[in-house]
Amino acid sequence: MNRRLSLFNVTALVLGFAFLYLPILLLIVFSFNSSRLVTVWGGFSTQWYVALFRNEALMEAAWVTLRIALLSASLSTVLGTLAALALTRYGRFTGRTLFTGMVYAPMVMPEVITGLSLLLFFVAIGLDRGFWTITLAHTTLTMCFVTVVVQARLMNFDRSLEEAAMDLGAPPLRTFFSVTLPLIAPSIVAGFLLAFTLSMDDLVVASFNAGPGATTLPIKIYSQVRLGLSPEVNAASAILIGIVAVGVATATLLTKRSALRSRRKAH
Amino acid sequence: MMARSLPKKLASSLVPAVPYLWLGLFFLLPFLIVLKISLSDPAVAQPPYKPVFDWSDLIGFFGQLDLENFEVLTSDDLYLRATLSSVRIAAISTVLLLLVGFPIAYAMARAPERHRSLLVALVILPFWTSFLIRIYAWIAILKPEGLLNQALMGIGLIAEPLTILNTETAVFIGIVYAYLPFMVLPLYAILEKMDDTLIEAALDLGCPPWRAFWTITVPLAMPGVIAGSLLCFIPAVGEFVIPDLLGGSETLMIGRQLWSEFFSNRDWPLASAVAILLLIILVVPIVVYRDVEARRLETRP
Repeated sequence: MNRRLSLFNVTALVLGFAFLYLPILLLIVFSFNSSRLVTVWGGFSTQWYVALFRNEALMEAAWVTLRIALLSASLSTVLGTLAALALTRYGRFTGRTLFTGMVYAPMVMPEVITGLSLLLFFVAIGLDRGFWTITLAHTTLTMCFVTVVVQARLMNFDRSLEEAAMDLGAPPLRTFFSVTLPLIAPSIVAGFLLAFTLSMDDLVVASFNAGPGATTLPIKIYSQVRLGLSPEVNAASAILIGIVAVGVATATLLTKRSALRSRRKAH
Repeated sequence: MMARSLPKKLASSLVPAVPYLWLGLFFLLPFLIVLKISLSDPAVAQPPYKPVFDWSDLIGFFGQLDLENFEVLTSDDLYLRATLSSVRIAAISTVLLLLVGFPIAYAMARAPERHRSLLVALVILPFWTSFLIRIYAWIAILKPEGLLNQALMGIGLIAEPLTILNTETAVFIGIVYAYLPFMVLPLYAILEKMDDTLIEAALDLGCPPWRAFWTITVPLAMPGVIAGSLLCFIPAVGEFVIPDLLGGSETLMIGRQLWSEFFSNRDWPLASAVAILLLIILVVPIVVYRDVEARRLETRP
């Protein structure tokens, strides 16, 4: 059905999107400001981008953040997919209720509590805080989101395809890798991207579990914001937004293309 | 189910076992430690950064547990005020989110079908850029010499800059901004499926549009309203970053209290007790919601 937008609806959309995008837009504009003041326009300049690339502490933090995000997102994709398979394919196994609870609880728990509990745990087992503690913490937090995404796909899954493969003599593992996995791949990719973003973005859990050896970009930005606004942070933010925009555009194109391909196959 | 040989059975039981063990180790155990520390004395659970768990002395350890920290929480009204203040701020923010989010979700659902997925993407996109960056942008907008005040003074609406940053108003703006997608998307999902003919029928029968909206659209949108409100309310109660960056020192929120108890005062047991308290406050609405959901499904014809 085609509906026409009323004046009221158009106003709601315009105001809503202005509210969502204006701050981001201003931030990008002022990253090219030659003045040190964030609110006074002093002409176009890329000096803050130059300063940003010379700022070793900030670049180091960005590198650490990226490594942690890649590693924890990979780990949580594997763990989350296994958990989703366990929840959809294994029926009632021992301790299933506890398992389900543990899968959903980290999403509901305020980040402050998750961060605190993991820190206390790492202290109790005597693990030094740093790169690995943040990675473990992020994996635990994000695997639950992966589980939910992959589980949704598995629930709409046509099991007869797997059964057909097995009937034709494919062993279970082969069936999984050549039938099940390709079919749930889009949700696994989506889960990975979600986990990656959550890890890149996380301040609270990372703050609790960061040690002297590892500072992530959100922690760095947060401490800089408290000390005073610096256009360098604007530049760093603009670059991050650029990366995200390119990532989202690529993902959208890829899903569109795969949707087209599967539609062509179906015909 | 077909019969499986023993090695295969072992291999397949690895699938649930691996994530199970991971969550047990990195979620359940840490949580139990928080629970345990919340029940012990400050002197026993010693800050900073020392092993707090003596595995060999379990009996003596359980003997030391008491509710002292929870007594502190009830006797010092700071925590009660912080909790109530958090719930109040989260509740007001949720109402504001509904008021802002409903028209957006409604307009998205009424948009021509070919535009809808683009509109959904546009709502999600800011969520993909760093949360901290977006909150940080608001500081530049809301501060006294910031863009909002400059714009308002520029058009002559105000003579003196308004103080918005470091007030509760700024916290409301920040929460509404940061959580808007979580409110809009569940509402959109419900409104998009709604049957327009119901409204048309009501209008044909002479019902004024506002009444048709109130008696048909709103009740049908209720599941989306509840889902969106919970998605916004629960994390907002424990919010730390937004009140810390946008709210003034007098903005009292429990997440912030927990943070300072832990990092500034280094009182781990009290911080843990605050954490448990916060968890209880947040679990209750979820249980209530689940209950309401279950009943709604039962009464469905």
